[in-house]
This record gives sequence, C-alpha cells and structure tokens, in this order.
Amino acid sequence: MKERGIFNKYNAFWLATILVIFGLLFGLIAAGVINQVYLTVLMGIGINIILAVSLNLIIGLTGQFSLGHAGFMCIGAYAAGVVMKNVSSSVGGVLLGMLIGILISVVVGLLVAGPTLRLRGDYLAIATLGFGEIIRIVILNMNITNGAAGMVLQKVVDWPLIYIMVVLTLVVILNFGRSAPGRACLAIREDEVAAEAMGINTTKYKIMAFVLGAVFASVAGSLYAGCYYVIKPDMFTFNKSIEILVLVVFGGMGSITGSVIAAIVIGFINIFLQSFSDIRMIVYGLALVCIMIFRPGGLLGTKEFSYSALYKKLTSKGASK
Amino acid sequence: MVQFLQQIVNGLSLGSIYALIALGYTMVYGIIKLINFAHGDIYMLGAYVGFICTVQLGLGFFPALIIAMVTCAIIGVVIEKIAYKPLRNATRIAALITAIGVSYFLEASTQKIMGTSAHSFPDVLGTQTFNVLGVVISMKQIIIFVVTILLMLLLQYVVQKTKIGRAMRAVSVDADAAQLMGVNVNATISYTFAIGSALAGAAGVLVGIYYNTVSPLMGLVPGIKAFIAAVFGGIGIIPGAMFGGFFIGIVETLVTGYGSSLYKDAVVYIILIIILIVKPAGLLGKNVKEKV
Repeated sequence: MKERGIFNKYNAFWLATILVIFGLLFGLIAAGVINQVYLTVLMGIGINIILAVSLNLIIGLTGQFSLGHAGFMCIGAYAAGVVMKNVSSSVGGVLLGMLIGILISVVVGLLVAGPTLRLRGDYLAIATLGFGEIIRIVILNMNITNGAAGMVLQKVVDWPLIYIMVVLTLVVILNFGRSAPGRACLAIREDEVAAEAMGINTTKYKIMAFVLGAVFASVAGSLYAGCYYVIKPDMFTFNKSIEILVLVVFGGMGSITGSVIAAIVIGFINIFLQSFSDIRMIVYGLALVCIMIFRPGGLLGTKEFSYSALYKKLTSKGASK
Repeated sequence: MVQFLQQIVNGLSLGSIYALIALGYTMVYGIIKLINFAHGDIYMLGAYVGFICTVQLGLGFFPALIIAMVTCAIIGVVIEKIAYKPLRNATRIAALITAIGVSYFLEASTQKIMGTSAHSFPDVLGTQTFNVLGVVISMKQIIIFVVTILLMLLLQYVVQKTKIGRAMRAVSVDADAAQLMGVNVNATISYTFAIGSALAGAAGVLVGIYYNTVSPLMGLVPGIKAFIAAVFGGIGIIPGAMFGGFFIGIVETLVTGYGSSLYKDAVVYIILIIILIVKPAGLLGKNVKEKV
C-alpha cells in the first residue's frame, strides 16, 4: 500500500461513509420517515452495536469467553443514573456519569481480569458469570442506587450522541485489532501456548482486551440509562449477557462487521417479534443451537469488511479483463 | 447453638438438592468435558412433571418422583442426541454456547406452555414437624434427606459395580482407548445423560415439595449453584459433587441465618472464584499439568 499515515483514501472513504449515514439518518428523521418508535429502536440498535462489538473484542478477537458483560453495562448505567439524579439531569450529566463509569469499570475490570484470566475456556466463563452477578448484587444492595426498585430517570440522550459513540467504539476497537497488542490478542486466540512460546505476555494482553471491552460495555450502559427512562438491577442479569452473546455468535465470533450486522438485523427482527415476545426467547435458544451445529462461524466467520480489500478486488478484476 | 443446629438442618436439606443436581453436572463433565448449562432446566422440568403428576393426575409422592425421573432421563438423552452429539469434536466454547441455547429454549418453551408465573405445589408429604432438642425438623426435610442419600447410594452402586458404570469410568478416563476396548462410547454417554438427568428430575420434585412452588426460571440460579458445588468438590468426581452440594447448601443457609439473605448468592459466587483461583481442580481433585 502506497498511502501511509491516517490520511489515505480508504480512511477518506470511511469518513464519507460515516457522514453519509449520519446525513441519511438526519434527513429521514427530519422528514418524519423515521418516527419516534423507530427512532427508539434505532437507538437500541446503536447501544447493542457497542455491546456486541466490545464483547466480540473479548470473545472473538482474544478468545476469552466472558459471560459477565452485563455486569459492566450495569456499572455504566448506574454511574450515569446516580450522576443524573444527584448532579445534573442533562447530556453533561450523562457524559460525566459515563466518565465515572469508565473509571469504575477499569478498576473492576482489572480486579476481575487479574485472577480469572488465568483460567481457561469454560472455567473462565463461569468465573466471569459469577463476577457479573456479584457486581449486580452489590449494586442491588446499595442505598444510592435505590436497590431493587431501580431509578426513574429523564431521557436526555438523543440519537446523535449514540451515533458518535458507536463510531468511536468501532474506530477504537477496529484499530486495536490491527495494532501490535491486537495482533498479540489474535495470536492468543489461535493458540495460547504457542503465543506464550513466541514471547507474548499473554496475561497482559488478555487483561488489556478484557478491560477495553469492559469500558465500552460501561459506555453502552451509560447511554442506556440516558435514553430509556428506567434502570433496574434485574435488567442486567446473566440473561442480558446471553443476549449480547447471541449477537456476537450470530454475526461471527471474531468479525466486528458481523457483530454490527447482527445487532442491526436482530434489532429489526425484534420489531416484528415484539408482539410475540415469548416466542422470541424460544427462537433465540433454537438459533444459538442451530448456528453452533450448522454454521459455527456465524454469519461472517472472522471476515471483516474493508474498503482497501474491496478496492483491491475491484482493481484486480479490472486488470484481469 | 440451637439456632446454629437449626441452620445446619436446613442447610442439609437444601444441600441435598444441590448435591443431586451437581451429580448430573459432574458426571456429564467427567465424560464429555461439557458444562451442561441446560442441566438446571432439566431440574425445572422435573419439578413441573412432579407438579402435573400430583395436581392434575392426583398421584402420590413416590409415583410422581419416579415419573419425573423417567421423563427427565428421556429428555436428557434426547437433548444429548440432538444438540450435543453433532458437536462432540467441536471446541468446548461451541458446546457451551449450544448448552446455553438449549437452556434458553427449555425456559422459554416452559414459559410459553405453563405461563410465566409460579404455580404452587401441593403439600403431598404433610406438614408434620418433630422437635429434637429445640431443633425443628419437618417431615419434608427428613424425606428429602433420605431420598437423596438413597439415590446417591444407588448411583455409587451403578458406577462402581455394574457394567455400565465401568464403561462410564473407562470413557471418562480415555474415550478413544475405551472404544478400542469394545466400549460403546455413544451408548455410555447417553446412559450418563439419562442418569444425571434423572437425578436432576428427582431434585426438581423434592424442591417443589420443599418450597411449595415451581416456576419456569427456577432452574437458573440453583443450576449455577449446583455447578459451583461440583467445581468446589472437584468436577468429574462423584463424591466431590455430593460433598460440594452439602457444603454450598450449608454455607447458604448460614449466610441467610446470620447475615443478609440478599448477599447469599454473592457469597456462593465468591466461594467459586476463590476455589477457582486457589485450587482450580477442586477440593478432591488432582492438579493436571497441561501438555502441548
């Protein structure tokens, strides 16, 4: 590749894509094609994209199976909720809460990751599940969070903020995947023992990926608190972690593009299944089993969409003709 | 002191239920290295079968127990054949995700068929209580304890003395070698699922009687706690699961009795994390070095 640095044509394409989607959404909302109901669905999809992509960083890119993602979302949601209740119920309040949530998540993430990431595979899954539940139980028993009754909040977050956070998450995580630490994480996923033999400090990179994933889960939680009126500890149980897992598995473990597509597709499917919410869970369960049996790689496997690959494909086709 | 003994008695009856579920986890893990996440839901199905037998068919305690065990054994084998068998050679994560999917499916289907709300279980064993030196022991607790011990003895007999049991032990040590020796590995895995699921079904009926209630999501938390019990005792080791079950049951009732019931779940998770960090092979397990 001739272009180096961040000012190359592929990044210009990406910037254009981001702006076009933003403009499209802005136009459709201004024109009233996307009404309030669909806008809520879109915001939910945005939050799910952040959750799925951040879990994919842990499960897909690094190969560490975490079932405690909802716990970190819970931290973010309550950090934002507490700030909104006690300091200021505004976008600024949400952002301040988000920042506090990120700090707490980093500390808790380090506490969780340090000891548990020495475990492998299914043991790790159970340990993170335990930690996720402990986080939730602690929040459930605190006074400032209003316990099991939860907190009633105002809706202050609007869709542009969510859009910006989604883009930010994607940029950070995609670039992490292509950086030296990201490559180390991929090596750990492929073969931990071999990676260690190549001189990779596996514990360090596993913790790095886990904490980064936890931070974005917390960001998603803060956004959730800012736009859904009510947060309660039972929203962030182990079941929430499974819902995020479904997105990651459906899109393909290891494919960020897949997670984004899965979050969008399942978001729209959920609109149609809304009136049969009981059937939805049955379908989710069956889908997990069927994907694992018939297409264990999910929708996209570990493939990523990139403009540079597309460009190369198009130019090479032109040359061969 | 009387309060302490009372908590121990309550803990033993709760622990015997955890132990019964933990046995299924540990047997399945021992043989195919799969955390059968759906095991807790098999226990829930057992409770529902018991509920239908006693309420709608008007059967007594023992017929209901037997029917629940047989039904759960069949369900367990069917799940194994449909969902887990195609993934025998897949990664452990893939198998775990499948198990989570099965668990979701069973919960959601039960909610669809039986409704999301809890049903109350009839008092088929009476409410008679005995007072031993100030400690109140109910008839239910005695029967739960006795049934659990009998089932465990039966299981020990099956695993140690019968041909099926010997095949199970052989497969859990080395499936390929066992196959070369003429053991039918697939049939042995099915038997393991059948026995483990039958024990979970029995636990379901006992819990329904103990707490007088059944609900579609009742399997989730006890399932995870029973798994913790299995890990605590050393997963794959049958006496370990029994010991772990009683231990977790007693700890939970002591925390509820002396501390706060709100934290009882957190304490169990903390025990799990400590045991995983300090001695991942469990109390009765041996450490195995990883070979490349």
